[in-house]
Amino acid sequence: MMQKDIKRLSLILLFAPFALWIFLLIVLPHLGMFYISVREKVGPRMYEFGLGNYINFFTEPIYWNTLIRTGSMSLLVTALALLLGFPIAYYIAKIAGNRTRGALFLMCLIPLWVSDLIRAFGWILLLRETGIISSSLQWAGVINTPIEFLYNDAAVIMGLVYTVILFMIVPLVSTLDGMDNAMIEAGYNLGGNGPTVLRRIIIPYAMPGIVSGCIVVFMLTAGSYLTPILLGGKNSSWFTEQIYDQFITRYNWESGAAFGFLLLAFTSLVVWGGLKLSGQTLNSTVAKS
Amino acid sequence: MAIKPNTAFLTSYRIYVAAFFVFLAAPLVAAGMFAFNDSVFPSLPWQGFTLDWFFNDTEPKLGMFHDRRLLRGLYYSFVIASFVSLLSVFVGTCNAFLFVRCKFPAKDFFYIMMVLPLVIPGVILGISILLLASNIANGAEEALSLDLDFLRPGIILVVLGQFSFITTITSLVIIARLKKFDESMEEAAFNLGASRVRVLRTITLPFLFPAMAAAGIVAFLVSFENFNTTLFLVGSEAPLTITMYDRMVKVGSTPVLNAVSFFLMIGSALLALVSILVQRDKPQT
Repeated sequence: MMQKDIKRLSLILLFAPFALWIFLLIVLPHLGMFYISVREKVGPRMYEFGLGNYINFFTEPIYWNTLIRTGSMSLLVTALALLLGFPIAYYIAKIAGNRTRGALFLMCLIPLWVSDLIRAFGWILLLRETGIISSSLQWAGVINTPIEFLYNDAAVIMGLVYTVILFMIVPLVSTLDGMDNAMIEAGYNLGGNGPTVLRRIIIPYAMPGIVSGCIVVFMLTAGSYLTPILLGGKNSSWFTEQIYDQFITRYNWESGAAFGFLLLAFTSLVVWGGLKLSGQTLNSTVAKS
Repeated sequence: MAIKPNTAFLTSYRIYVAAFFVFLAAPLVAAGMFAFNDSVFPSLPWQGFTLDWFFNDTEPKLGMFHDRRLLRGLYYSFVIASFVSLLSVFVGTCNAFLFVRCKFPAKDFFYIMMVLPLVIPGVILGISILLLASNIANGAEEALSLDLDFLRPGIILVVLGQFSFITTITSLVIIARLKKFDESMEEAAFNLGASRVRVLRTITLPFLFPAMAAAGIVAFLVSFENFNTTLFLVGSEAPLTITMYDRMVKVGSTPVLNAVSFFLMIGSALLALVSILVQRDKPQT
Protein backbone atom coordinates (compact mmCIF):
# COMPACT_ATOMS: atom_id res chain seq x y z
CA MET A 1 0.00 0.00 0.00
CA MET A 2 2.80 2.36 1.01
CA GLN A 3 4.66 1.56 -2.19
CA LYS A 4 1.62 2.43 -4.24
CA ASP A 5 1.19 5.79 -2.54
CA ILE A 6 4.79 6.68 -3.23
CA LYS A 7 4.32 5.79 -6.87
CA ARG A 8 1.25 7.95 -7.12
CA LEU A 9 2.90 10.84 -5.34
CA SER A 10 5.94 10.73 -7.60
CA LEU A 11 3.72 10.55 -10.67
CA ILE A 12 1.90 13.68 -9.55
CA LEU A 13 5.15 15.46 -8.71
CA LEU A 14 6.64 14.60 -12.09
CA PHE A 15 3.49 15.40 -13.99
CA ALA A 16 3.09 18.85 -12.45
CA PRO A 17 6.01 20.62 -14.22
CA PHE A 18 5.05 18.99 -17.52
CA ALA A 19 1.42 20.04 -17.16
CA LEU A 20 2.31 23.58 -16.12
CA TRP A 21 4.66 23.96 -19.07
CA ILE A 22 2.36 22.55 -21.73
CA PHE A 23 -0.80 24.09 -20.37
CA LEU A 24 0.39 27.59 -19.47
CA LEU A 25 2.85 28.16 -22.29
CA ILE A 26 1.44 26.14 -25.20
CA VAL A 27 -2.26 25.25 -24.82
CA LEU A 28 -3.56 28.33 -23.04
CA PRO A 29 -1.78 30.90 -25.26
CA HIS A 30 -3.10 29.17 -28.38
CA LEU A 31 -6.63 29.05 -26.99
CA GLY A 32 -6.29 32.73 -26.17
CA MET A 33 -5.05 33.47 -29.65
CA PHE A 34 -8.00 31.63 -31.10
CA TYR A 35 -10.37 33.57 -28.88
CA ILE A 36 -8.90 36.88 -30.00
CA SER A 37 -9.01 35.84 -33.63
CA VAL A 38 -12.78 35.28 -33.57
CA ARG A 39 -13.75 38.62 -32.16
CA GLU A 40 -14.33 41.79 -34.10
CA LYS A 41 -13.74 45.33 -33.04
CA VAL A 42 -16.99 47.26 -33.24
CA GLY A 43 -15.88 50.34 -31.36
CA PRO A 44 -13.21 51.49 -28.94
CA ARG A 45 -12.82 48.64 -26.46
CA MET A 46 -15.97 47.01 -27.82
CA TYR A 47 -15.79 43.57 -29.33
CA GLU A 48 -18.24 41.01 -30.54
CA PHE A 49 -17.94 37.46 -31.74
CA GLY A 50 -17.51 37.04 -35.47
CA LEU A 51 -15.45 35.48 -38.20
CA GLY A 52 -14.68 38.81 -39.82
CA ASN A 53 -10.91 38.45 -39.48
CA TYR A 54 -10.97 35.16 -41.33
CA ILE A 55 -13.38 36.41 -43.98
CA ASN A 56 -11.12 39.40 -44.46
CA PHE A 57 -8.24 37.04 -45.17
CA PHE A 58 -10.12 35.18 -47.89
CA THR A 59 -11.54 38.27 -49.57
CA GLU A 60 -8.22 40.07 -49.77
CA PRO A 61 -6.19 38.31 -52.49
CA ILE A 62 -2.86 39.69 -51.28
CA TYR A 63 -3.24 37.82 -47.97
CA TRP A 64 -4.07 34.39 -49.25
CA ASN A 65 -1.69 34.75 -52.16
CA THR A 66 1.09 35.32 -49.67
CA LEU A 67 0.08 32.21 -47.75
CA ILE A 68 -0.05 30.10 -50.92
CA ARG A 69 3.30 31.51 -51.99
CA THR A 70 4.86 30.76 -48.59
CA GLY A 71 3.42 27.25 -48.68
CA SER A 72 4.58 26.41 -52.19
CA MET A 73 8.03 27.88 -51.68
CA SER A 74 8.33 25.92 -48.44
CA LEU A 75 7.43 22.73 -50.29
CA LEU A 76 10.07 23.53 -52.90
CA VAL A 77 12.65 24.14 -50.15
CA THR A 78 11.69 20.84 -48.52
CA ALA A 79 12.07 18.95 -51.79
CA LEU A 80 15.43 20.59 -52.49
CA ALA A 81 16.66 19.87 -48.99
CA LEU A 82 15.72 16.22 -49.43
CA LEU A 83 17.34 15.93 -52.86
CA LEU A 84 20.54 17.66 -51.80
CA GLY A 85 20.67 16.19 -48.32
CA PHE A 86 19.97 12.54 -49.05
CA PRO A 87 23.26 11.84 -50.88
CA ILE A 88 25.16 13.57 -48.07
CA ALA A 89 23.37 11.53 -45.40
CA TYR A 90 23.97 8.35 -47.38
CA TYR A 91 27.64 9.19 -47.76
CA ILE A 92 28.02 9.81 -44.03
CA ALA A 93 26.11 6.71 -42.98
CA LYS A 94 27.28 4.16 -45.52
CA ILE A 95 30.29 5.21 -47.58
CA ALA A 96 32.58 7.25 -45.35
CA GLY A 97 35.10 5.35 -43.26
CA ASN A 98 34.61 5.07 -39.53
CA ARG A 99 36.98 7.91 -38.72
CA THR A 100 35.72 10.45 -41.26
CA ARG A 101 32.09 9.63 -40.49
CA GLY A 102 32.06 11.31 -37.10
CA ALA A 103 33.96 14.32 -38.37
CA LEU A 104 31.64 14.81 -41.34
CA PHE A 105 28.57 14.49 -39.13
CA LEU A 106 29.95 17.11 -36.76
CA MET A 107 30.74 19.41 -39.67
CA CYS A 108 27.12 19.11 -40.77
CA LEU A 109 26.06 20.33 -37.34
CA ILE A 110 28.32 23.39 -37.25
CA PRO A 111 25.84 25.84 -38.82
CA LEU A 112 23.28 24.69 -36.26
CA TRP A 113 25.32 26.36 -33.52
CA VAL A 114 25.44 29.65 -35.39
CA SER A 115 22.56 32.08 -35.21
CA ASP A 116 20.16 32.45 -38.13
CA LEU A 117 21.09 36.09 -38.16
CA ILE A 118 24.80 35.43 -38.66
CA ARG A 119 24.16 32.90 -41.42
CA ALA A 120 21.91 35.36 -43.26
CA PHE A 121 24.48 38.11 -42.68
CA GLY A 122 27.15 35.89 -44.24
CA TRP A 123 24.99 35.29 -47.29
CA ILE A 124 24.36 39.02 -47.63
CA LEU A 125 28.10 39.68 -47.63
CA LEU A 126 28.57 37.04 -50.32
CA LEU A 127 25.67 37.87 -52.59
CA ARG A 128 25.09 41.62 -52.53
CA GLU A 129 26.13 44.00 -55.25
CA THR A 130 29.41 44.87 -53.54
CA GLY A 131 29.69 41.36 -52.15
CA ILE A 132 32.40 38.77 -52.46
CA ILE A 133 30.95 36.82 -55.40
CA SER A 134 30.20 39.89 -57.48
CA SER A 135 33.61 41.47 -56.87
CA SER A 136 35.48 38.20 -57.48
CA LEU A 137 33.68 37.75 -60.77
CA GLN A 138 34.56 41.31 -61.74
CA TRP A 139 38.16 40.77 -60.75
CA ALA A 140 38.29 37.59 -62.84
CA GLY A 141 36.88 39.51 -65.77
CA VAL A 142 33.74 37.42 -66.15
CA ILE A 143 31.46 40.42 -65.69
CA ASN A 144 31.99 44.14 -66.16
CA THR A 145 29.48 45.71 -63.82
CA PRO A 146 28.55 44.57 -60.32
CA ILE A 147 25.64 42.15 -60.16
CA GLU A 148 23.04 42.07 -57.41
CA PHE A 149 22.42 38.45 -56.40
CA LEU A 150 20.30 39.36 -53.40
CA TYR A 151 16.61 40.25 -53.14
CA ASN A 152 15.17 37.62 -55.42
CA ASP A 153 13.35 34.34 -54.88
CA ALA A 154 16.38 32.25 -55.76
CA ALA A 155 18.40 33.88 -52.96
CA VAL A 156 15.56 33.28 -50.50
CA ILE A 157 15.22 29.64 -51.49
CA MET A 158 18.94 29.04 -51.31
CA GLY A 159 19.19 30.74 -47.92
CA LEU A 160 16.30 28.69 -46.58
CA VAL A 161 17.71 25.41 -47.89
CA TYR A 162 20.97 26.31 -46.22
CA THR A 163 19.23 27.03 -42.92
CA VAL A 164 17.14 23.87 -42.76
CA ILE A 165 19.13 21.17 -44.54
CA LEU A 166 20.71 19.99 -41.29
CA PHE A 167 17.31 19.02 -39.98
CA MET A 168 16.96 16.80 -43.02
CA ILE A 169 20.42 15.24 -42.82
CA VAL A 170 20.38 14.36 -39.11
CA PRO A 171 17.27 12.11 -39.08
CA LEU A 172 18.35 10.57 -42.40
CA VAL A 173 21.78 9.67 -41.07
CA SER A 174 20.28 8.07 -37.98
CA THR A 175 17.81 5.92 -39.97
CA LEU A 176 20.35 4.93 -42.62
CA ASP A 177 22.83 4.12 -39.87
CA GLY A 178 20.48 1.50 -38.51
CA MET A 179 20.18 -0.19 -41.89
CA ASP A 180 22.03 -3.47 -42.33
CA ASN A 181 24.47 -3.35 -45.25
CA ALA A 182 23.56 -6.95 -46.00
CA MET A 183 20.17 -5.75 -47.23
CA ILE A 184 21.83 -3.62 -49.89
CA GLU A 185 24.23 -6.38 -50.88
CA ALA A 186 21.36 -8.83 -51.13
CA GLY A 187 19.65 -6.44 -53.52
CA TYR A 188 22.73 -6.40 -55.74
CA ASN A 189 23.20 -10.15 -55.52
CA LEU A 190 19.66 -10.67 -56.69
CA GLY A 191 20.55 -8.76 -59.84
CA GLY A 192 19.35 -5.26 -59.00
CA ASN A 193 21.33 -2.29 -60.29
CA GLY A 194 22.04 0.95 -58.40
CA PRO A 195 18.79 2.81 -59.08
CA THR A 196 16.67 -0.27 -58.40
CA VAL A 197 18.36 -0.93 -55.08
CA LEU A 198 17.92 2.74 -54.18
CA ARG A 199 14.24 2.75 -55.11
CA ARG A 200 13.18 -0.65 -53.82
CA ILE A 201 15.38 -1.11 -50.74
CA ILE A 202 17.07 2.01 -49.46
CA ILE A 203 14.29 4.57 -49.84
CA PRO A 204 11.53 2.37 -48.34
CA TYR A 205 13.81 1.62 -45.41
CA ALA A 206 14.65 5.28 -44.88
CA MET A 207 11.01 6.40 -45.18
CA PRO A 208 10.48 7.24 -41.48
CA GLY A 209 13.62 9.38 -41.55
CA ILE A 210 12.61 11.04 -44.80
CA VAL A 211 9.14 11.90 -43.54
CA SER A 212 10.37 13.14 -40.19
CA GLY A 213 13.02 15.30 -41.86
CA CYS A 214 10.47 16.70 -44.31
CA ILE A 215 8.00 17.60 -41.56
CA VAL A 216 10.53 19.46 -39.48
CA VAL A 217 12.03 21.19 -42.53
CA PHE A 218 8.64 22.24 -43.84
CA MET A 219 7.47 23.63 -40.50
CA LEU A 220 10.73 25.49 -39.95
CA THR A 221 10.67 26.98 -43.44
CA ALA A 222 7.05 28.08 -43.36
CA GLY A 223 7.56 29.62 -39.94
CA SER A 224 10.87 31.29 -40.71
CA TYR A 225 11.02 35.03 -40.58
CA LEU A 226 14.56 36.29 -40.69
CA THR A 227 15.94 34.57 -43.80
CA PRO A 228 13.17 35.61 -46.23
CA ILE A 229 13.27 39.19 -44.96
CA LEU A 230 17.01 39.66 -45.06
CA LEU A 231 17.69 37.79 -48.31
CA GLY A 232 14.44 38.65 -50.07
CA GLY A 233 14.23 42.29 -49.13
CA LYS A 234 11.00 44.19 -48.81
CA ASN A 235 9.20 42.20 -51.48
CA SER A 236 9.85 38.72 -50.19
CA SER A 237 6.16 38.52 -49.10
CA TRP A 238 6.55 35.75 -46.58
CA PHE A 239 3.48 35.05 -44.49
CA THR A 240 5.21 35.52 -41.14
CA GLU A 241 6.10 39.02 -42.33
CA GLN A 242 2.41 39.64 -42.90
CA ILE A 243 1.70 38.50 -39.33
CA TYR A 244 4.41 40.74 -37.93
CA ASP A 245 3.00 43.61 -39.96
CA GLN A 246 -0.52 43.14 -38.56
CA PHE A 247 0.77 43.00 -35.01
CA ILE A 248 3.50 45.55 -34.82
CA THR A 249 2.93 48.00 -37.66
CA ARG A 250 -0.88 48.11 -37.79
CA TYR A 251 -1.47 47.11 -34.20
CA ASN A 252 -4.35 44.96 -35.39
CA TRP A 253 -4.07 42.07 -32.94
CA GLU A 254 -7.36 40.45 -33.94
CA SER A 255 -6.37 40.01 -37.54
CA GLY A 256 -2.77 39.10 -36.61
CA ALA A 257 -4.07 36.34 -34.35
CA ALA A 258 -6.31 35.08 -37.14
CA PHE A 259 -3.35 35.04 -39.52
CA GLY A 260 -1.26 33.16 -37.00
CA PHE A 261 -3.96 30.58 -36.68
CA LEU A 262 -4.29 30.26 -40.43
CA LEU A 263 -0.56 29.64 -40.75
CA LEU A 264 -0.75 26.98 -38.06
CA ALA A 265 -3.79 25.35 -39.63
CA PHE A 266 -2.31 25.48 -43.10
CA THR A 267 1.03 23.96 -42.14
CA SER A 268 -0.65 21.28 -40.02
CA LEU A 269 -2.88 20.42 -42.97
CA VAL A 270 0.13 20.04 -45.26
CA VAL A 271 1.93 17.85 -42.71
CA TRP A 272 -1.20 15.76 -42.21
CA GLY A 273 -1.53 15.32 -45.97
CA GLY A 274 2.12 14.33 -46.23
CA LEU A 275 1.71 11.72 -43.49
CA LYS A 276 -1.39 10.27 -45.17
CA LEU A 277 0.36 10.14 -48.56
CA SER A 278 3.45 8.42 -47.19
CA GLY A 279 1.49 6.06 -44.94
CA GLN A 280 3.38 7.18 -41.83
CA THR A 281 2.14 8.50 -38.52
CA LEU A 282 3.44 11.21 -36.23
CA ASN A 283 4.36 8.47 -33.76
CA SER A 284 6.52 6.58 -36.25
CA THR A 285 8.46 9.66 -37.36
CA VAL A 286 8.93 12.89 -35.43
CA ALA A 287 7.64 11.62 -32.11
CA LYS A 288 9.48 8.31 -32.38
CA SER A 289 10.15 7.25 -28.82
CA MET B 1 31.17 -0.13 -47.89
CA ALA B 2 27.73 -1.10 -48.92
CA ILE B 3 27.91 -0.51 -52.63
CA LYS B 4 30.95 -0.96 -54.84
CA PRO B 5 30.24 1.38 -57.70
CA ASN B 6 32.74 2.30 -60.38
CA THR B 7 35.44 4.79 -59.52
CA ALA B 8 34.22 7.58 -61.80
CA PHE B 9 30.91 7.59 -59.98
CA LEU B 10 32.57 7.50 -56.60
CA THR B 11 34.87 10.39 -57.53
CA SER B 12 32.02 12.62 -58.65
CA TYR B 13 30.12 11.64 -55.52
CA ARG B 14 33.10 12.71 -53.40
CA ILE B 15 33.31 16.01 -55.29
CA TYR B 16 29.63 16.63 -54.61
CA VAL B 17 30.11 15.97 -50.89
CA ALA B 18 33.13 18.31 -50.81
CA ALA B 19 31.17 21.02 -52.67
CA PHE B 20 28.37 20.64 -50.16
CA PHE B 21 30.70 21.32 -47.27
CA VAL B 22 32.11 24.36 -49.04
CA PHE B 23 28.50 25.57 -49.38
CA LEU B 24 27.98 25.00 -45.65
CA ALA B 25 31.11 26.89 -44.69
CA ALA B 26 30.89 29.78 -47.18
CA PRO B 27 28.60 32.22 -45.34
CA LEU B 28 30.27 31.51 -42.02
CA VAL B 29 33.71 32.24 -43.45
CA ALA B 30 32.36 35.39 -45.11
CA ALA B 31 30.79 36.58 -41.85
CA GLY B 32 33.93 35.85 -39.87
CA MET B 33 36.70 37.10 -42.11
CA PHE B 34 35.64 40.73 -42.47
CA ALA B 35 36.03 41.12 -38.72
CA PHE B 36 39.76 41.40 -39.46
CA ASN B 37 39.59 43.65 -42.51
CA ASP B 38 40.95 47.16 -41.98
CA SER B 39 38.08 48.93 -43.73
CA VAL B 40 34.82 50.55 -42.67
CA PHE B 41 32.82 48.35 -45.03
CA PRO B 42 32.59 44.56 -44.80
CA SER B 43 33.45 43.99 -48.44
CA LEU B 44 36.40 43.38 -50.74
CA PRO B 45 39.07 44.54 -51.50
CA TRP B 46 41.10 43.35 -48.53
CA GLN B 47 42.70 46.34 -46.79
CA GLY B 48 44.96 44.50 -44.41
CA PHE B 49 44.66 42.75 -41.07
CA THR B 50 43.39 44.56 -38.00
CA LEU B 51 41.93 43.83 -34.60
CA ASP B 52 40.31 47.27 -34.40
CA TRP B 53 36.82 45.86 -34.78
CA PHE B 54 37.31 44.07 -31.49
CA PHE B 55 39.43 46.41 -29.39
CA ASN B 56 39.51 49.93 -30.84
CA ASP B 57 37.84 52.49 -28.57
CA THR B 58 37.10 55.40 -30.90
CA GLU B 59 34.66 56.08 -33.73
CA PRO B 60 34.44 55.44 -36.63
CA LYS B 61 36.02 52.06 -35.92
CA LEU B 62 34.43 51.37 -32.57
CA GLY B 63 35.35 47.82 -31.57
CA MET B 64 32.72 45.46 -30.14
CA PHE B 65 34.31 45.40 -26.68
CA HIS B 66 33.83 49.16 -26.43
CA ASP B 67 30.37 49.30 -27.96
CA ARG B 68 28.10 49.75 -24.95
CA ARG B 69 24.89 48.69 -26.69
CA LEU B 70 26.38 45.48 -28.06
CA LEU B 71 27.93 44.64 -24.69
CA ARG B 72 24.60 45.22 -22.99
CA GLY B 73 22.96 42.93 -25.55
CA LEU B 74 25.58 40.30 -24.82
CA TYR B 75 24.89 40.62 -21.10
CA TYR B 76 21.12 40.27 -21.50
CA SER B 77 21.56 37.31 -23.83
CA PHE B 78 23.75 35.69 -21.22
CA VAL B 79 21.25 36.25 -18.42
CA ILE B 80 18.33 35.01 -20.52
CA ALA B 81 20.19 31.96 -21.78
CA SER B 82 21.28 30.99 -18.25
CA PHE B 83 17.74 31.09 -16.90
CA VAL B 84 16.32 29.25 -19.90
CA SER B 85 18.97 26.59 -19.65
CA LEU B 86 18.48 25.95 -15.91
CA LEU B 87 14.69 25.90 -16.15
CA SER B 88 14.52 23.72 -19.23
CA VAL B 89 16.99 21.17 -17.87
CA PHE B 90 14.98 20.92 -14.66
CA VAL B 91 11.67 20.39 -16.46
CA GLY B 92 13.36 18.19 -19.06
CA THR B 93 14.69 15.88 -16.35
CA CYS B 94 11.25 15.64 -14.75
CA ASN B 95 9.79 14.86 -18.17
CA ALA B 96 12.36 12.14 -18.74
CA PHE B 97 11.41 10.35 -15.51
CA LEU B 98 7.75 10.90 -16.30
CA PHE B 99 7.86 9.37 -19.77
CA VAL B 100 10.44 6.64 -19.19
CA ARG B 101 9.50 5.42 -15.71
CA CYS B 102 5.81 6.17 -15.13
CA LYS B 103 2.73 4.53 -16.52
CA PHE B 104 -0.32 6.72 -16.93
CA PRO B 105 -3.32 6.95 -19.25
CA ALA B 106 -3.01 8.68 -22.66
CA LYS B 107 0.78 8.60 -22.48
CA ASP B 108 1.21 8.62 -26.26
CA PHE B 109 -1.00 11.67 -26.53
CA PHE B 110 1.01 13.53 -23.90
CA TYR B 111 4.23 12.50 -25.60
CA ILE B 112 3.06 14.13 -28.83
CA MET B 113 2.07 17.21 -26.82
CA MET B 114 5.60 17.31 -25.49
CA VAL B 115 7.16 17.18 -28.96
CA LEU B 116 4.71 19.66 -30.45
CA PRO B 117 6.39 22.94 -29.36
CA LEU B 118 9.33 22.05 -31.58
CA VAL B 119 7.27 22.20 -34.75
CA ILE B 120 5.13 25.23 -33.93
CA PRO B 121 6.63 28.21 -35.80
CA GLY B 122 8.63 30.38 -33.41
CA VAL B 123 6.79 33.51 -34.51
CA ILE B 124 3.45 31.98 -33.47
CA LEU B 125 4.80 30.87 -30.09
CA GLY B 126 6.02 34.40 -29.47
CA ILE B 127 2.74 36.00 -30.51
CA SER B 128 0.48 33.66 -28.58
CA ILE B 129 2.44 34.12 -25.37
CA LEU B 130 2.54 37.87 -25.87
CA LEU B 131 -1.23 37.98 -26.40
CA LEU B 132 -2.02 35.91 -23.34
CA ALA B 133 0.36 37.83 -21.09
CA SER B 134 -0.89 41.21 -22.30
CA ASN B 135 -4.52 40.21 -21.91
CA ILE B 136 -3.94 39.02 -18.36
CA ALA B 137 -1.99 42.16 -17.55
CA ASN B 138 -4.67 44.41 -19.07
CA GLY B 139 -7.43 42.51 -17.31
CA ALA B 140 -5.66 42.76 -13.97
CA GLU B 141 -5.11 46.44 -14.44
CA GLU B 142 -8.73 47.16 -15.32
CA ALA B 143 -10.47 44.89 -12.85
CA LEU B 144 -8.14 45.02 -9.87
CA SER B 145 -5.96 48.00 -10.83
CA LEU B 146 -2.98 45.73 -10.31
CA ASP B 147 0.15 46.51 -12.22
CA LEU B 148 1.56 43.14 -13.29
CA ASP B 149 4.74 44.46 -14.79
CA PHE B 150 6.35 41.07 -15.35
CA LEU B 151 3.68 40.20 -17.92
CA ARG B 152 4.72 43.11 -20.13
CA PRO B 153 7.33 42.46 -22.82
CA GLY B 154 10.69 42.07 -21.13
CA ILE B 155 13.23 39.56 -19.90
CA ILE B 156 10.73 37.34 -18.09
CA LEU B 157 8.53 36.92 -21.15
CA VAL B 158 11.56 36.25 -23.34
CA VAL B 159 12.71 33.55 -20.93
CA LEU B 160 9.24 31.98 -20.86
CA GLY B 161 8.90 32.12 -24.64
CA GLN B 162 12.24 30.46 -25.29
CA PHE B 163 11.69 27.98 -22.46
CA SER B 164 8.40 26.90 -24.07
CA PHE B 165 10.11 25.17 -26.99
CA ILE B 166 13.64 24.58 -25.71
CA THR B 167 12.24 22.29 -23.00
CA THR B 168 11.23 19.88 -25.76
CA ILE B 169 14.85 19.67 -26.88
CA THR B 170 16.24 19.10 -23.39
CA SER B 171 13.54 16.51 -22.67
CA LEU B 172 14.38 14.53 -25.80
CA VAL B 173 18.10 14.51 -24.99
CA ILE B 174 17.60 13.41 -21.38
CA ILE B 175 14.92 10.84 -22.28
CA ALA B 176 17.31 9.20 -24.74
CA ARG B 177 19.90 8.81 -21.99
CA LEU B 178 17.52 7.60 -19.30
CA LYS B 179 16.29 4.87 -21.65
CA LYS B 180 19.78 3.40 -21.76
CA PHE B 181 19.86 3.09 -17.98
CA ASP B 182 19.95 -0.43 -16.67
CA GLU B 183 17.33 -0.55 -13.92
CA SER B 184 18.93 -3.54 -12.29
CA MET B 185 21.60 -1.15 -10.97
CA GLU B 186 18.91 0.65 -8.98
CA GLU B 187 17.46 -2.64 -7.80
CA ALA B 188 20.85 -3.77 -6.61
CA ALA B 189 21.18 -0.60 -4.57
CA PHE B 190 17.70 -1.06 -3.10
CA ASN B 191 18.58 -4.63 -2.16
CA LEU B 192 21.67 -3.36 -0.40
CA GLY B 193 19.36 -1.24 1.71
CA ALA B 194 19.73 2.20 0.12
CA SER B 195 16.85 4.64 0.39
CA ARG B 196 15.02 6.01 -2.62
CA VAL B 197 16.61 9.45 -2.34
CA ARG B 198 20.06 7.95 -1.90
CA VAL B 199 19.68 5.75 -4.98
CA LEU B 200 18.57 8.75 -7.00
CA ARG B 201 21.47 10.84 -5.76
CA THR B 202 24.27 8.30 -5.98
CA ILE B 203 23.27 6.16 -8.96
CA THR B 204 20.59 7.51 -11.28
CA LEU B 205 21.49 11.20 -11.36
CA PRO B 206 25.25 10.65 -11.87
CA PHE B 207 24.34 8.42 -14.82
CA LEU B 208 22.07 11.13 -16.24
CA PHE B 209 24.45 13.99 -15.56
CA PRO B 210 26.29 13.98 -18.93
CA ALA B 211 22.97 14.22 -20.77
CA MET B 212 21.77 16.96 -18.44
CA ALA B 213 24.92 18.96 -18.98
CA ALA B 214 24.78 18.51 -22.75
CA ALA B 215 21.09 19.45 -22.78
CA GLY B 216 21.89 22.54 -20.74
CA ILE B 217 24.56 23.62 -23.20
CA VAL B 218 22.30 23.04 -26.19
CA ALA B 219 19.54 25.02 -24.45
CA PHE B 220 21.99 27.83 -23.73
CA LEU B 221 23.09 28.02 -27.36
CA VAL B 222 19.61 27.79 -28.84
CA SER B 223 18.44 30.52 -26.49
CA PHE B 224 21.43 32.69 -27.33
CA GLU B 225 20.80 32.52 -31.04
CA ASN B 226 17.02 32.63 -30.99
CA PHE B 227 15.40 35.46 -32.90
CA ASN B 228 11.88 34.61 -34.05
CA THR B 229 10.26 34.01 -30.67
CA THR B 230 12.27 36.69 -28.90
CA LEU B 231 11.33 39.39 -31.41
CA PHE B 232 7.76 39.67 -30.11
CA LEU B 233 8.49 39.38 -26.41
CA VAL B 234 11.41 41.72 -26.12
CA GLY B 235 11.12 44.86 -24.04
CA SER B 236 13.78 47.48 -23.50
CA GLU B 237 16.38 44.90 -22.50
CA ALA B 238 17.22 43.63 -25.98
CA PRO B 239 19.41 40.53 -26.23
CA LEU B 240 22.30 40.42 -28.67
CA THR B 241 20.52 38.99 -31.73
CA ILE B 242 17.89 41.71 -31.55
CA THR B 243 20.52 44.43 -31.07
CA MET B 244 22.46 43.11 -34.05
CA TYR B 245 19.36 42.97 -36.22
CA ASP B 246 18.49 46.52 -35.24
CA ARG B 247 21.96 47.67 -36.15
CA MET B 248 21.85 45.82 -39.46
CA VAL B 249 18.53 47.37 -40.44
CA LYS B 250 19.20 50.90 -39.22
CA VAL B 251 22.92 51.43 -39.77
CA GLY B 252 23.54 48.82 -42.44
CA SER B 253 26.21 46.20 -42.24
CA THR B 254 29.37 47.31 -40.49
CA PRO B 255 32.42 45.19 -39.68
CA VAL B 256 31.65 45.39 -35.98
CA LEU B 257 28.81 42.98 -36.72
CA ASN B 258 31.39 40.67 -38.26
CA ALA B 259 33.42 40.91 -35.09
CA VAL B 260 30.37 39.95 -33.01
CA SER B 261 29.63 37.10 -35.42
CA PHE B 262 33.17 35.81 -35.14
CA PHE B 263 33.07 36.06 -31.36
CA LEU B 264 29.75 34.17 -31.22
CA MET B 265 30.93 31.48 -33.63
CA ILE B 266 34.02 30.79 -31.55
CA GLY B 267 31.97 30.78 -28.35
CA SER B 268 29.39 28.39 -29.77
CA ALA B 269 32.05 26.11 -31.19
CA LEU B 270 33.75 25.83 -27.80
CA LEU B 271 30.48 25.14 -26.00
CA ALA B 272 29.43 22.60 -28.61
CA LEU B 273 32.76 20.86 -28.17
CA VAL B 274 32.24 20.72 -24.40
CA SER B 275 28.77 19.26 -24.89
CA ILE B 276 30.18 16.53 -27.12
CA LEU B 277 32.97 15.75 -24.67
CA VAL B 278 30.68 15.43 -21.64
CA GLN B 279 28.31 13.20 -23.56
CA ARG B 280 30.97 10.86 -24.81
CA ASP B 281 30.46 7.52 -23.06
CA LYS B 282 33.21 6.57 -20.71
CA PRO B 283 33.94 2.85 -20.74
CA GLN B 284 31.58 1.37 -18.17
CA THR B 285 33.13 -0.81 -15.55
